[in-house]
Amino acid sequence: MKHSFIDEYSDLDSFIHRLDPRTKLIASLAFIIAVVLTPASNWRVFVFYFCIIAVLLILSKLPPLYVLRRSLVIFPFVFLIAVFIPFFKEGEIAGSYNIWLWQISVTYSGLFILANVMVKSWLCILGLILLSSTTRLADLLKGLRQLGVPKVMILILSFMYRYIFVLADEVMRMQRARDSRNFGGSRLHQIRTVGNMAGTLFIRSYERGERIYAAMLARGFDGQIRTLHKLSFRQTDAYFGAVFCLMLIFPCVIWW
Amino acid sequence: MDKVIEIKNLSFTYPDGRQGLKNVDLNVYPGENVAVIGPNGAGKSTLLLHFNGILRGNSTVKICRLPVEEKNLKEIRKRVGLVFQDPEDQLFSLNVFDDVAFGPINMGYSEFEVKERVARALGWVGMGGYEQRSPHHLSVGEKKRIAIATVLSLDPEILVIDEPTSNLDPRSKWSFIELLKQLPMVKIIATHDLELVRALCGRTVVMDEGKIVADGNTEDILDDITLLKAHGLAH
Repeated sequence: MKHSFIDEYSDLDSFIHRLDPRTKLIASLAFIIAVVLTPASNWRVFVFYFCIIAVLLILSKLPPLYVLRRSLVIFPFVFLIAVFIPFFKEGEIAGSYNIWLWQISVTYSGLFILANVMVKSWLCILGLILLSSTTRLADLLKGLRQLGVPKVMILILSFMYRYIFVLADEVMRMQRARDSRNFGGSRLHQIRTVGNMAGTLFIRSYERGERIYAAMLARGFDGQIRTLHKLSFRQTDAYFGAVFCLMLIFPCVIWW
Repeated sequence: MDKVIEIKNLSFTYPDGRQGLKNVDLNVYPGENVAVIGPNGAGKSTLLLHFNGILRGNSTVKICRLPVEEKNLKEIRKRVGLVFQDPEDQLFSLNVFDDVAFGPINMGYSEFEVKERVARALGWVGMGGYEQRSPHHLSVGEKKRIAIATVLSLDPEILVIDEPTSNLDPRSKWSFIELLKQLPMVKIIATHDLELVRALCGRTVVMDEGKIVADGNTEDILDDITLLKAHGLAH
């Protein structure tokens, strides 16, 4: 079965796609740090950063609707974490509600921080979508490797990415087999069945792991992870990196 | 003539006490294509795993006169290309190139040579141009071909394949058999597929319950219906 990969659209061709993964990794990291460290009151800076990311998104030829849809996924998570801030932050009261004996009050500064958290996380997720949709995961991992992330981590991530869809297919087949035998009955029975399926999946994955290891041994694997270095840092990367960093610093200079 | 594989009185017991192989004797000579047939659980796969030292039983297996021991493992794994049954296990990298290059990189070849070997191996199986594809999005037939390429890139002298035609439709199966025919090295193939055996292998070994129960000319063995019936290979 075909699955949509997290690096969907990474095989398009654009200026951004052709950049070295390391350039993009570092630029994304710098962008996120800059966004997070910008004080909440400086809304012009956020607008400016949004313009940078929007221009890059346009340059990357990603479908805008796809980017928007993906970026919205982050909101429920952030909202769940940040929703209580307006109630606890001290400051000027925006509204106060009495329910029987209890009193709930919302402050302006709390609401302001909530909005700010949302804006910041949205900008960060846009940056990450740009990174992950313009870089193949294999290249991204290679970039991470050359930036010094331990080989074992890279190997774990690459196995995860390689086999997550194999496992998804396996789960789907198990569900079909379950449903074709008239899955139903009491809630307890259903939970037990799902538990059994999880167990089976675990054992199958474990056995698959053993077989993969045998297949690696058969081709001379001795515990050392070796790769060919193929990434090339080109002049465009240097230019892009320099311009991007200047852009990030730009608002600090004019609005400081 | 020099034997490429020499196994004398090999027995193997799994850690859980199940006996995988019992007193197996097998000699394979250069230029042979050997089919290993037998019912499920006969020990075919267990035997194959002894050819490159993934499993080691009580007696020495010799590959090209090298005993299968810790110090020879690298050399032996270069000479014996073992292809597993499920290509999902064989292909564990994010793209085809990395998978085919895995063996050569482990053997420490230079970058130039690795690339050359990958191109050659993919050319042999007719999959040139698939380097950057992700294994998950290939058809079963394509995965099987790439799986063969992952060991061909090491230029093995012996190609050991577990169930090469399982899950293939007849057309893919026959084009796969044609492909195997064109590969010059010694081939040892574990299978239930008697059509494949007849088309490809001159010699057939029948296994049942961990023992070799017959070994001889393919025609003779496949025409011996009583033998096949006795070991669950015909009904």
